[in-house]
Amino acid sequence: MAALDQTQVKEGVDQETVDAVREVGTYKYGWDTDIEMEYAPKGVNPDIVKLISEKNEEPEWMTEWRLKAFERWTQMEEPKWAMVHYPEIDFQDQYYYARPKSMETKPKSLDEVDPKLLATYEKLGIPLKEQMILAGVEGAEDAPAEGRKVAVDAVFDSVSVGTTFQDELKKHGVIFCSISEAIREHPELVKKYLGSVVPVSDNFYATLNSAVFSDGSFVYVPPGVRCPMELSTYFRINAENTGQFERTLIIADKGSYVSYLEGCTAPQRDTAQLHAAVVEIIVEEDAEVKYSTVQNWFPGDENGKGGIYNFVTKRADCRGDRSKVMWTQVETGSAVTWKYPSCILRGDDSQGEFYSIAITNNYQQADTGTKMIHLGKNTKSRIVSKGISAGKAQNTYRGLVSMHPKAKNSRNYTQCDSLLIGDKCGAHTVPYIEVKNNSSRVEHEATTSKVDDDQLFYCRQRGMDEEEAVALVVNGFCKDVLQALPMEFAMEAQQLVAISLEGSVG
Amino acid sequence: MALPDVKQSATEARLATLRMPEAGCTRDAREAALARLRAMGLPGRRDEYWKYTRPDTLISPEAPKAEVFHTDEPMVFDGFDRLKIVFVDGVFSPEDSDDLTLEGVSIDRLEDICCKDIHWAKQLYGVLEERGQTPVQRPLAALNTAFAQDGVAIHVTGKPSKPISLIYRHDSESSDAILHHVIRVESGAEVTILENGPAASRFNKCIEIDIADGGTLHHVRAQGRDHQRRAATHMFTRLGKDSVYKSFTLTVNGVLTRNEQVVELTGDDAVAHVAGACVGDGDFHHDDTVFITHDAVNCESRQVFKKVLRNGATGVFQGKILVKEGAQKTDGYQISQSLLLDDDSQFLAKPELEIYADDVACSHGSTSGAIDETALFYLRSRGVPAKEATNMLTLAFLAEAVEEIEDEALAEDIVSRLEGWLARHS
Repeated sequence: MAALDQTQVKEGVDQETVDAVREVGTYKYGWDTDIEMEYAPKGVNPDIVKLISEKNEEPEWMTEWRLKAFERWTQMEEPKWAMVHYPEIDFQDQYYYARPKSMETKPKSLDEVDPKLLATYEKLGIPLKEQMILAGVEGAEDAPAEGRKVAVDAVFDSVSVGTTFQDELKKHGVIFCSISEAIREHPELVKKYLGSVVPVSDNFYATLNSAVFSDGSFVYVPPGVRCPMELSTYFRINAENTGQFERTLIIADKGSYVSYLEGCTAPQRDTAQLHAAVVEIIVEEDAEVKYSTVQNWFPGDENGKGGIYNFVTKRADCRGDRSKVMWTQVETGSAVTWKYPSCILRGDDSQGEFYSIAITNNYQQADTGTKMIHLGKNTKSRIVSKGISAGKAQNTYRGLVSMHPKAKNSRNYTQCDSLLIGDKCGAHTVPYIEVKNNSSRVEHEATTSKVDDDQLFYCRQRGMDEEEAVALVVNGFCKDVLQALPMEFAMEAQQLVAISLEGSVG
Repeated sequence: MALPDVKQSATEARLATLRMPEAGCTRDAREAALARLRAMGLPGRRDEYWKYTRPDTLISPEAPKAEVFHTDEPMVFDGFDRLKIVFVDGVFSPEDSDDLTLEGVSIDRLEDICCKDIHWAKQLYGVLEERGQTPVQRPLAALNTAFAQDGVAIHVTGKPSKPISLIYRHDSESSDAILHHVIRVESGAEVTILENGPAASRFNKCIEIDIADGGTLHHVRAQGRDHQRRAATHMFTRLGKDSVYKSFTLTVNGVLTRNEQVVELTGDDAVAHVAGACVGDGDFHHDDTVFITHDAVNCESRQVFKKVLRNGATGVFQGKILVKEGAQKTDGYQISQSLLLDDDSQFLAKPELEIYADDVACSHGSTSGAIDETALFYLRSRGVPAKEATNMLTLAFLAEAVEEIEDEALAEDIVSRLEGWLARHS
């Protein structure tokens, strides 16, 4: 925020405004919570894998599953093809399990949760407590809630600390809990679906995740049910040198609908931290899943020190006919992002959509995109990707559109736009297009440009300062994607877009 | 890093069948290229750059046999006044070629250069090929530099009155030809280079083109109907300030063709256009791989590639625009399109942008699909028979690429070849 500190306060601008601007300019989730933590020893080996499994009170088949994954992982090599560069990661110099001490015995309700933890989430803007009260009061669930209700599963380092609205969801038959709970309570569902979209040996990071994932969320929406509220998970890395490996499994049974939101933050630290998540989504006949992410992990400081290395495997399997999945992501955080939320369009007439904003500033690097695998007839996919690169950052779109011979009459439209702010950053596009039948149409377009001088001039003329003007233009550039986000997220994302670019102008 | 065993043994097996010719002033370049090749190994199926094209038959020790193609029809460019340089199975044929003297240009045979210790071509032979090895390795080009049997060095100092035409003839079923040409276009000079003819059963060709400030080179190539040939060609072009390079390639048939274009814009305000039209039927595999590097201010590059595929043919396009830091005001355009005439054919594309400068306008587009039913219906409702209507629409689809040829007479000749192909194959 050096740029702002040096700015002279203009006449007529009160101190409050200056402070407010100063505040948004920094990574505001950079604090950590001083909570007593319990760690497993550093490093990863079969014993650690067993320990994690034991801590989660998992049945034997799950332990076996993890050990198999670990064994496979030891034979795999770290992928090097992405356009990201980072110092070699010492996978043995990480904690693979950390949880707040107060969670040693699982709290029965949110009331038993360490207040410091709840304070953390409050700081993050997640009204866990409030919603808890709402949910706790008898009859309150039937009363119209203020605003929109959102059920939250909050994951702190390695464990889920609480899930709200579980009771109300239960009434509709929706299961929303932490994955560790699901393994204990609903083993038949977990056994059937876990690893069926992202196989254990899928890729280096997914395999590592399969071995050591500590927690995450589990959603099951029964046939014909429209999930009555948005489901949401907040991930928070707090402890130092800790890798977070969460696993999310979402199953939308026939004719159901669910909208799921994911948010992430981490404290500001000098050392890089590892995050390797896996998300699997199964969409049955006529079902629809909407998955939105606002990824705001600590991006490292303006000299590129610290930050989260974010290696994520996300994949949706549209198994049933007429199933639909929609990925929306706003990627503003992380020092390194390696993430390709994908869709396997297996069912006839199934649809996949991918909307993405990736913003990189300072020394951030992002290599992100999607895969649309068209297997069924009349399948449709749409990709809209907006990459914004500022400072010394590198931003890459990497994607695949594949039309298999049997995917007759399928359709894909891809639009990848990159915006460069400053002459030291980079923006890259690496699409793969494979068309193996002639009744399908595939269109791909990509452009790279800078912020339009005329637009900037227009805004400046109307009294905006340069940073404001750039933020406005960039928000306009991202409009197509922002519109795809649920309301609350859209507002947050819009602000994030502006914040992420602070200090990149001039 | 040591090469994987499979790669190393494949490379050594191929090298065992090759012999480095008397090299003279090209010796150092050849030795260096051989060392480069040994370090990277020949391409394998698992290499990312060969994801869509199997290199097996391009690197096997012996060239797969290919029937010699005969036709009584006149060859492409036959009606043009040009200076003919003929190679038969990759060997220069003085009796078939014209006298190599022409005002504004000097032409030497590679073999003659190799007898000398000093020649201008020494500054160029293997130089651009070596530059073209980063960031992506092109082992077949290194192999070419090391083992090229023949070729010509063309030094353009003025504006020669007619095009220089490189004609390749195929006479033996098992010929395995390696040709290497170097072309230097001096400041303000301008030349048109034509290439055509079936060269050999397996053809590895490399051209290095250095265009000085203000120079212009037009290149029109027709890869013929010798269906069983296998070809891997490389063109390495470096452009100086205000220079112009325009290249067009027509490919009709060919069981395996890989054309690589590596263009480097090193002087401000330079212009490079590369285009290609290909029509393929059956076991046809065509790969256009283009890599354009912008390393100067205010340059323009354009890539236009169109492919018509039928009966299980495969078209590949790998194109990249790299804009280096500081290469501001770059205008980069790339379009790759395929028309799939039936359900068995496939189009595989990887159009890439890698950009490190902010004041640029770069775009790429790629589409694939069948013939437009509405347009077809329109034509048929006006009494045009189905076959004819399809051919008309196909030609219209290819037109955008053919239009990249500046010389109208040459463009017309190319169109007539396309019409011929469509008439034969529909």
